[in-house]
Amino acid sequence: MAAPKSATPTLNARNAAGSDVAPAARVGLLAVRRRRRRYPHALAAYLFLAPFLVLFVMFLVGPLFYALNLSVWRETLVGGRSFAGLANYADVFADESFWRGIRNMLLFGVFQVPIMLGLALIFALVLDAGTTYAKSLFRIGFFLPYAVPSVIAALIWGYLYGPSFGPFTQAANALGWAPPMFLSRTLMLPSLANIVTWEFTGYNMIILYSALQAVPKDVIEAAAIDGARPIRVARSIRVPLIAPTIVLTAIFSVIGTLQLFNEPQLMLAIAPDVIGNDYTPNIYAYTTGFVNQQYNYAAAISFVLGAFVVIISYAVLFFSNRRQTPAAA
Amino acid sequence: MSLSRRTLLTTTGAGLASALAAAPRPARAQEKVELTMWSWTPNTQTEVDMFEQAHPNIKVTLVNVGQGLPHYTKIRTALKAGSGLADVVQMEFYMHRTFQLANALVDLNQYGADKIAGDYIPWTWTSASSGGKCYGIPWDSGPVALLYRRDILEKYEISPPKTWDEFAEAAIKLNKDANDVFLADLALNNVGWMCGWFWQAGWNPFKTEGTNVSIAFNDAAAKKVATYWQKLLDAKAVEAKPQFTPDWFAAYDRGRYATWFIAAWGPVFLSQFAKTSAGLWRAAPAPQWEAGKFVSANMGGSTLAVTTQSKHPKEAAELAMWLMHDPASVDTFAKKQFLFPTTKPLLESPEFADTPFDFYGGQKVNQIFIESAKHIDRIIEWSPFQDYANAQIIAEMTAAGGGKGTLVEALDRIQDNFVKYAKQQGFTVKT
Repeated sequence: MAAPKSATPTLNARNAAGSDVAPAARVGLLAVRRRRRRYPHALAAYLFLAPFLVLFVMFLVGPLFYALNLSVWRETLVGGRSFAGLANYADVFADESFWRGIRNMLLFGVFQVPIMLGLALIFALVLDAGTTYAKSLFRIGFFLPYAVPSVIAALIWGYLYGPSFGPFTQAANALGWAPPMFLSRTLMLPSLANIVTWEFTGYNMIILYSALQAVPKDVIEAAAIDGARPIRVARSIRVPLIAPTIVLTAIFSVIGTLQLFNEPQLMLAIAPDVIGNDYTPNIYAYTTGFVNQQYNYAAAISFVLGAFVVIISYAVLFFSNRRQTPAAA
Repeated sequence: MSLSRRTLLTTTGAGLASALAAAPRPARAQEKVELTMWSWTPNTQTEVDMFEQAHPNIKVTLVNVGQGLPHYTKIRTALKAGSGLADVVQMEFYMHRTFQLANALVDLNQYGADKIAGDYIPWTWTSASSGGKCYGIPWDSGPVALLYRRDILEKYEISPPKTWDEFAEAAIKLNKDANDVFLADLALNNVGWMCGWFWQAGWNPFKTEGTNVSIAFNDAAAKKVATYWQKLLDAKAVEAKPQFTPDWFAAYDRGRYATWFIAAWGPVFLSQFAKTSAGLWRAAPAPQWEAGKFVSANMGGSTLAVTTQSKHPKEAAELAMWLMHDPASVDTFAKKQFLFPTTKPLLESPEFADTPFDFYGGQKVNQIFIESAKHIDRIIEWSPFQDYANAQIIAEMTAAGGGKGTLVEALDRIQDNFVKYAKQQGFTVKT
């Protein structure tokens, strides 16, 4: 990105000002002229952007700086506020509860994200194949769970998972089987993963499906003429061509995983023995801030979590790019 | 799917903005005074309407901002923001110390609360007072008793237990004789409920003087109760399922649990979700730790308090006192909303005591609870950081109930966490 930008002005400058002007002056001259010429355009652009920028600064940049400032202080119920520097951050790194949440979410993500995206991809490929019966019905059907607010979804599943009177338990009892303990320590993560997969497979499917729609039909036809069967076309043409979209959905899913809140927070009410206040990093930050009155520490937790999200997202991007490069070339 | 830091901050920001917009303006001479009140008790609008009729110059907006923890979280947030708090708020007894420390509550004696103090059950009044100041007018209370399924106990030849020893024997017997029926559920996610048991056993968890706090959460009384439960849990004679979940409501409706040790607000509440067992329930006095004695305890209960952010503390105090003292209002709370009263005239009225309840086979259930209320002989002093405390108690006790160590160990962990937290928060801690 950087190379062409710097190349263009030098070229323009030579044409405009001749070769006897010193390079630095040339650039300066150019800059003045360009600024004068482009200023009204820039002003107009900023005017058009203003509604967005005002909201962006008010609700994103502002709060971020507010939270950053919060995180370097320490306010107590008795004694008031004192500057803490990076002490809150040091505490986060040594905080077992924070890392327990991160561990839980990594374990969750390692299984849940591939399963969800795998299902979404298969559904998208099948829908895109063109021969599917009642296509729009299936498309809406898969997408419908996403339209259910996650709070409602968690409540529905919380009822279905009920250990004494949930439908699964009742069915198992009627058949004389041992009822599955969805809300137990061992099954809680899979149970949550199931809810999240149910909610978001359709959403990811729609994104992948629209990417598939943009795959040039002539490429697919050419492959078909060459004798490639549908599975081969999917594997060698359709999936590689939408790889960037798959990476995008993967990154969104990873970020969503690390910030998981609603579903476990609602499970907290029906399985407090398993969930606890540090089950996910976001629940921990929420409890620390709004229940324990440690706003400063909660802000520090949020920033460390944010940094962690950036690192993991970058890692996903890095590894998927490395894998794609030979294929694309 | 997730509550990102971004949405958290933006919603807080938006909340602040609307809170600022909603801040009351100072009243001019003829202008109507506008008050806001936060409360979750159902149908309180009825009594608020009565108040407005009696006070044409005051307009009250009643808002339900959530029950329990969410309610207190919002009060905390408004305090932190410096504006946006209601004039009058519902304040449970065990949260009083916490919000007194946060300078959130106004002394109501300066508006004449001391003149009506004598009309209330003494322990309720003292629970909301401190250092000669009154920070809340008692609303309802929760003296404990035992609700039981007469049909189940009779079927398995168990008489209603009078002591906790008898209760334990009955639990083990019932578990042996019956399939999928338990004498009780140990609802470790309900702090007020758990603390009621500790209270009855003589528990004395906190003492606060200024910024000095003594913490003895895991004292001998609490450990006695925890050991007792642990035995029943180990014998699988009781369950440890969380309270107020769909599964739990269904369990009571379908006769999985044969008793409910609960406060005076319990009987009517139970009749609303255990409909299929109507007529089969009865109430009995709370089982005792020592045979022949009668010691009672309280679970839950609220007051109405006036906040320091109120621009009209005088009118706000009038609202709190009128709702909690006017005979018609108090009567309606007791008879329509089935809140257990805190005023002496109502508790002493035969009409209240002699109300029969069909759900309990026509039994005059209030009599049991009135007797219980008379035997609450001391009050519990709660911590000055009760919102933190409640979350900790739930987390550790339910974890222990779910198999992470024993309940006694959980008490010790809670104690350690409290001491650590109190020190961190700048208190001088004694244990």
